Amino acid sequence: MYKLLLCWRYLKTRWIALASIVSVTLGVATLIVVNSVMDGFTSQMQDRMHGILSDLVVDTRGTNGISEPNWYVERIRARIGNSVEGITTVVTLPAMMTFTHNGASHTQQINLIGIDQKTYASVSDFSKYLLHPDNKSQLDFRLKQSGYAPEREALQPSGWEHRNRVEQVKKERLTQLEQYRRLQEQITEEQRSQLSNQLGQNVSKEPASETANDNNSSVSPQTTASPQTTADAQTLSAMMSGPSFQPSHSNEERGRVFDASKEQRTGIVLGIGIGSVRGRDTAGQVKDYFFIRPGDDVSVAFPNAGTPPRAIDEMFTVVDFYESKMSEYDATFAFVPIEALQQARGMIDPMSKVGAVTSIQIKLKKGADLNVARNALRDEFPPTESYVQVNSWRDTQGPLLAAVQMETTILNVLLFMIIAVAGFGILATFFMIVVEKTRDIGVLKSLGAPGTGIASIFLGYGVLLGSLGSGAGVVCGLLFVWKINQIARVLEWFTGREVFDPTVYYFDSIPTIIHPFTIVWVSIGAVIIAIMASVLPSIRAARMHPVEALRYE
Amino acid sequence: MNSSKSANQQYKPQASIPSPYRVVRPELELEAIEKVLATTRNPESIGNKSIVVARDVTKSYRRSKTIVPVLKGVDFSAERGKITAIIGQSGSGKSTLLHLLGTLDRPDSGEILFDGQRTDNLPARKRDAFRNQQLGMIFQFYHLLPELTLLENVIAPAMIGQSIFSYFRNRKAIIERAKSLTDMVGLSHRLHHKPCELSGGEMQRTAIARALVTSPKLLLADEPTGNLDQESGQSILQLMRDLNRDTGLTIVMVTHDENIAQQCDALVRLKGGRLEALK
Repeated sequence: MYKLLLCWRYLKTRWIALASIVSVTLGVATLIVVNSVMDGFTSQMQDRMHGILSDLVVDTRGTNGISEPNWYVERIRARIGNSVEGITTVVTLPAMMTFTHNGASHTQQINLIGIDQKTYASVSDFSKYLLHPDNKSQLDFRLKQSGYAPEREALQPSGWEHRNRVEQVKKERLTQLEQYRRLQEQITEEQRSQLSNQLGQNVSKEPASETANDNNSSVSPQTTASPQTTADAQTLSAMMSGPSFQPSHSNEERGRVFDASKEQRTGIVLGIGIGSVRGRDTAGQVKDYFFIRPGDDVSVAFPNAGTPPRAIDEMFTVVDFYESKMSEYDATFAFVPIEALQQARGMIDPMSKVGAVTSIQIKLKKGADLNVARNALRDEFPPTESYVQVNSWRDTQGPLLAAVQMETTILNVLLFMIIAVAGFGILATFFMIVVEKTRDIGVLKSLGAPGTGIASIFLGYGVLLGSLGSGAGVVCGLLFVWKINQIARVLEWFTGREVFDPTVYYFDSIPTIIHPFTIVWVSIGAVIIAIMASVLPSIRAARMHPVEALRYE
Repeated sequence: MNSSKSANQQYKPQASIPSPYRVVRPELELEAIEKVLATTRNPESIGNKSIVVARDVTKSYRRSKTIVPVLKGVDFSAERGKITAIIGQSGSGKSTLLHLLGTLDRPDSGEILFDGQRTDNLPARKRDAFRNQQLGMIFQFYHLLPELTLLENVIAPAMIGQSIFSYFRNRKAIIERAKSLTDMVGLSHRLHHKPCELSGGEMQRTAIARALVTSPKLLLADEPTGNLDQESGQSILQLMRDLNRDTGLTIVMVTHDENIAQQCDALVRLKGGRLEALK
C-alpha cells in the first residue's frame, strides 16, 4: 500500500520527471500518426490498384487468345464456383493510338482492352471511375449529349455538344473554302477574257481548250458541287480533327458517307491520363488540360490475329474517360467493346461464331480466400496442359505492395528506436530521483520495508510515467490524425511549401486509417520501454544499504 | 506467520484511552506467554531479564583500503522495561551499535539476541519483518517522508507491514490507532500537515508516534534530542519517560548529552570500541 501511495506522491510532487516522458509521448504520437497515414496510403493504393483489376486473372500468354473461352469459364465455375461472384472475358493487347490536337497528329502507346460491358462491371469497380453519371450505372459505349463530370470546367463542353461544335467549325471552314474557290474562278475568267482580248483569236484558242478540260474534270461549280465539297470536307476533317488514315470500315457501309455530326464510331473509353495533363497555371492553381474530349474521334492501330500479325487501323469515338487515380492505369488503359475488337482482329470463329479472348477475369465473393482460389485454378490449369497462367491482383502488384510494407516496417523500427532513446532519458532521470530519495529509502528500510517493496515503488513510478506518457501520446496522435489536413494546411501556410501536392497524388486530402491494434501495441511497447528503463534504478534503490542511506545527508 | 495475526489484534481500536499519555496494551499478556515459550525454546534466556543482548560484537568499516574497527567486542544488554542510554564521543560507534541492535546492519562477529532469539543471522526478509513488527526507531534528523502528511507518516509502518488487502481490511483500526498516538504526542491538530510545515519538536513527536504504531517491544532512539533545543529536547525525553512508565516500553537511546543520559535508568559508555557500564 505504501508503494502505491509513495508512487502517487512522487508523481504528484516531481513534475520534472514528466519532462523525461515527453519524448515517450512524442514517439508514441509519431508512431500513431505515421502508421495511420501509411495505412491510409496503402489502403488507398490497394483500392486503386485493385480498382480496375479483378481479383483473379486467367491470362493467355499470347495476344491471339484462347478460342474456347466458355470451356474455361465452365471449368472455373466447376472448380471454385461457390466463391465466384462474377466472371468476364476480355481481350487485351498493346496498341498505338493517334489523335489530333491543334492540327497536329500525335501517336502514343496504349493498352487496348476489349470488354463485355454487361459483365465487366461485375468483376471490378471500373464503372464507378467513369465520368458520365449514366455510364456509372451502365456503360453502353454511346456518346452522350453532355453532362460529363459537370464539376470539371476544363472538360466542358463534351459529348455531342463538343462533336457538333467541331462539325460546325468544319462546315464554316468549308463554306469559306467554297467562297474562296468561286472567287478564284471568277478571277481566272476575268483574266482569261482580258488575255484573249489582248492577244487576239489565234492565241485565245489554247486557253479555251484548257477551260474546256477544266470543265470536264472538276471545275464547274454548278454541276459537280456536292461531290467536290464532300471530298474537300473529308480532307479537311482529316486535317482538322481526325488523323490521316483510311476511313473506318466497320462503322459505315462501303460507299456510304459517314456524317460525323450525326453518327459516332465505335465507342472507346480512355484513361484520363491519356487525354489530359494535370499541371499548375502561373497563379499556382492546379489545372487539368484536356487535349482529347468525349466526342473526339481517335484512330487506334493494333495487330490482327493472323500469323504473322499485321497492323490494322480502326477509328473510335471517345465516349468517356475513366479516372481510377492510379496513374499507371489512367495513362495507358483504353477500353472498347469486345465484339468490335474481336471482329476487327478476326478472332471470331466463322463456324461457331465464338470470339476468342485473351484473358478471363474473376471476382471472388467477399471473404473468399484469394490465394486459395488462385492455387485451385493453378491446379486446374497446369502449364503442362494449358497455355494460360493464373494470377491474383496482388501477384501483379506484389513488388509495389511489398515495398510499401517494407517502408512501414522500417519506419516503425526507427520510431521505436526514438522511444528507446526516450527510455534512456527515463533511466537517467530515475537514477537522479533514486539518489535524491536515498534518505527516504533508508527510512523505509528502517521501518521494515523489504528491498522488493522499495524496488516496486520505483518500478511502479516507471509504469505510471510510461502509461501517462503513452496515454498522452495516444491522445496527441489521434488528435493529429483527426485534424491532419488542417495541420497540413497550417504547415503549408507557415512554411510556404506544399506538404501535399495534388499534382503528384490524386487525392485532395491525406488518407488515414487508424487500426486499434496498432495503437494498443504501440502504447504497450512504450510502457514496456519505460518499465525497462526503471528496472536498473529500482534495483539500485533496492540494494541500497539502510545504514549508508540513513547516513546520507 | 503469527506476527501478522498478532498485528491484527494489535490494530484493534483501543476502547478507551484513560489519558493522552496512556496506551492500553492487552497484548502484554500475550507477550508474557511468548516469553515463557521463548524460555522453553532457548534455555540460555531462562531468568534473563534483558530484551536485547549483544554478545562480543565486533564491527569494522572499510574506508577505501584501510579497515577501521569501530566495535571491538562489545557486550550489551538492555533490561526489559527500562530506559538504557548509550553515550560516547562522536565516531565512537554508538550509532553503529544501535543499528546492529536494530538489525539494520550485521556484526562482523558475535551475536545479537532479541527476546532470546538470534536476529543477526536471520534472512533479510525476516529481519525486515522483525524490524517492522518488533522495533520502533527514531532518529536525530527525524527522517519523516516529506511527501506524506503527518498522519500518513505515522501509519507508514503499518502499511509496510501489511499487504494492500489486509491494509484495507484493517484501515479503520490502523487510522484509529495512529490518531490515538498522535493525540498522545499532542499533535492531533496537525494530522494533515506535511513534515516541512512542522517544527523540529513536532517532527520528532511524529517520529515517535510512527515508531509506536506497530506496538513494538523496543524503541531504539538515535540521538532523539540532538537536533532540538533544550526545552523541546526535554519534552521529548519526558514523553519517552512517560511512555516507559505507562506502557513499560523498553527504550535504548544513544545520546551525547550527559544531562539527558543521567535521567535514564541505565547508562553505558562506548569508548575505544568497548563498552563500560556507568550506572
